[in-house]
Amino acid sequence: MTSSTDILPANISLANISQANIPQAKALLYRWLQQQIPAERLAWLDNRLKQLAEKGAADRLLFTTFSSVPRYTTKADLSLTDADLREADSIRAGWLPNGWSLDQAGRTLLLLSLPDKAAESYQASIEKLFSAADVSEQIALYQSLPLLPHPHLFVARAAEGLRTSMTAVFNAIALNNPFPGDHFEQLAWNQMVLKAVFVESPLHLIQQLDRRANPELARMLSDYAHERWAAKREVTPELWRLIGPFLNDQFISDIERALNLPSKEQQLAAAIACAQSSLPAAQKLLSQHPAAKAEIADRQLDWDKFSQQYLAA
Amino acid sequence: MTQTNDVSAMTFIDPHIHMTARTTYDYMVLREYGVVAIIEPSFWMGQPRTSAGSFKDYFSSLVGWERFRAAQFGIRHYCTISLNPKEANNPEIADEVMDLLPMFACKEGVVAIGEIGYDEMTPAEDKYFGLQLELAKEVDKPVLVHTPHRNKKEGTSRSMDVCTEYGVDPAKVIIDHANEETAKEVLDRGFWAAFSIYPKTKMGNQRMVELVRQYGCDRIIVDSAADWGLSDPLAVPKTAQLMAEMGIPAEHIRKVCYENALSAYGQSGEMKETDWTNPPAVDQRQLYDGNSVLRGQQPVTDSKELASLLIE
Ligand SMILES: [Zn+2]
Repeated sequence: MTSSTDILPANISLANISQANIPQAKALLYRWLQQQIPAERLAWLDNRLKQLAEKGAADRLLFTTFSSVPRYTTKADLSLTDADLREADSIRAGWLPNGWSLDQAGRTLLLLSLPDKAAESYQASIEKLFSAADVSEQIALYQSLPLLPHPHLFVARAAEGLRTSMTAVFNAIALNNPFPGDHFEQLAWNQMVLKAVFVESPLHLIQQLDRRANPELARMLSDYAHERWAAKREVTPELWRLIGPFLNDQFISDIERALNLPSKEQQLAAAIACAQSSLPAAQKLLSQHPAAKAEIADRQLDWDKFSQQYLAA
Repeated sequence: MTQTNDVSAMTFIDPHIHMTARTTYDYMVLREYGVVAIIEPSFWMGQPRTSAGSFKDYFSSLVGWERFRAAQFGIRHYCTISLNPKEANNPEIADEVMDLLPMFACKEGVVAIGEIGYDEMTPAEDKYFGLQLELAKEVDKPVLVHTPHRNKKEGTSRSMDVCTEYGVDPAKVIIDHANEETAKEVLDRGFWAAFSIYPKTKMGNQRMVELVRQYGCDRIIVDSAADWGLSDPLAVPKTAQLMAEMGIPAEHIRKVCYENALSAYGQSGEMKETDWTNPPAVDQRQLYDGNSVLRGQQPVTDSKELASLLIE
């Protein structure tokens, strides 16, 4: 089994990239809330957070406060500037709150305000919230994971969360969230990507998608494509992004098939996949599509541009 | 509002339906027939639970998976939380379940404490009925009272007595599974009277039409109480249709099949019409896959999609 540390450059320690600066994260969340909700409603949250920060606060206070947040913040979207987003990313690499609502920001602030010196009792409090969470609470909890202290204690919880049948909850973990890329073992990572394909979530919103690509995942996705094709169903062109770096004699026939499909997205994605490979057969296939080859060579076409142009929601 | 015999453009609320026991196909059909919101009361599951953990998972699924599942079909799902009267008789777990209730009573979309009340009118039922009325007052929620199948008349009167004794405002109490024998007293005492259109054992459609003719539409609520038994999830739209055909004015139909449920349970602060006509953007993204729920008055599914679900 490969752990994520094995594939990181030796001079970057995992702790630096996968741990939020919590006081700064709290200050930023608080500032955003302050900009959008009236002072008297924020005062309710202030007061509750103060009580919860004390050691030995009652579970009932924790539950009712966590549940009541939307009543005070509303569920309106957070309105963030580019500067806000840059600041978020500097506090926690990959933290991307641009799809968050006010209640989610408020709930995250609550999670970061609980006493956290004793790792195990902190974990126990968070797990209690998970164990009785409604849909919105589950989403808020899972998308907060990259900011929480003691992140290693929540890796199993994140993997468990991916077993949900609620796509919105799955997406809160899998998409726009640095936690899986930073913390998952390869098995959990591969299951997450495979499930994202099954539930039709856009793969390009998975952080560290290319860094965590691996031959085993490529094989699983190729098998999946064969199953779909046998049932006369289509596959997402994003598959080729994860198969391209590992092209071999077996996968090349999948790429060839995609290149010959009528869909332009399939053809372009398969062409980019060929360009990712040094396999002579891949280069030969790419030569048969000179227009795409030229675009790739001119840097007019790569996975980011492909996602923006053809997969943007 | 103009009078019309056509209810096909109407939207409905079914304020008592146990969707946990129903299939996804039912959700599609409900939406097809104009049901935009439903309330799923906590009740028993057809056989007794043997640990409080089963209750916790049940409550979690009501505020979690079931809410999400409903939204996939453009239906807004609400629920009520309680230790039901039948299982109040199980001393092994009743107190533990009581400890769970405050954890769930304040969740989003929890519109009442219920179903509570009587099954056999035992001392244990008395005890937990009272404790849950106290909880309802504490968290300021309406109360949904289940009235017993057997000894209904006495059970209904006594339920209302107990509510009054505990100082719960009748305007915040829905007395469910009412019938011709209990309707008058419920309405006279200022409670909401809900009628479950449930074949064979509870109310029938045509009897319901006569009740609305007799009592009008104030504080009267129609529901299906559909569950795992031989029940009809379309009871509310079907009853509306029958009322229209039998000459009940459209505004009365709208009241008993939509508005009154919204007024009664809306007192919780957890149920607003805009939840389905104009939900917050975050709900649209996460619950409804980016689709606006109501799309005017058009049902989300059309008959073609329905047919394709059946085949594949
Ligand atoms: Zn019921």
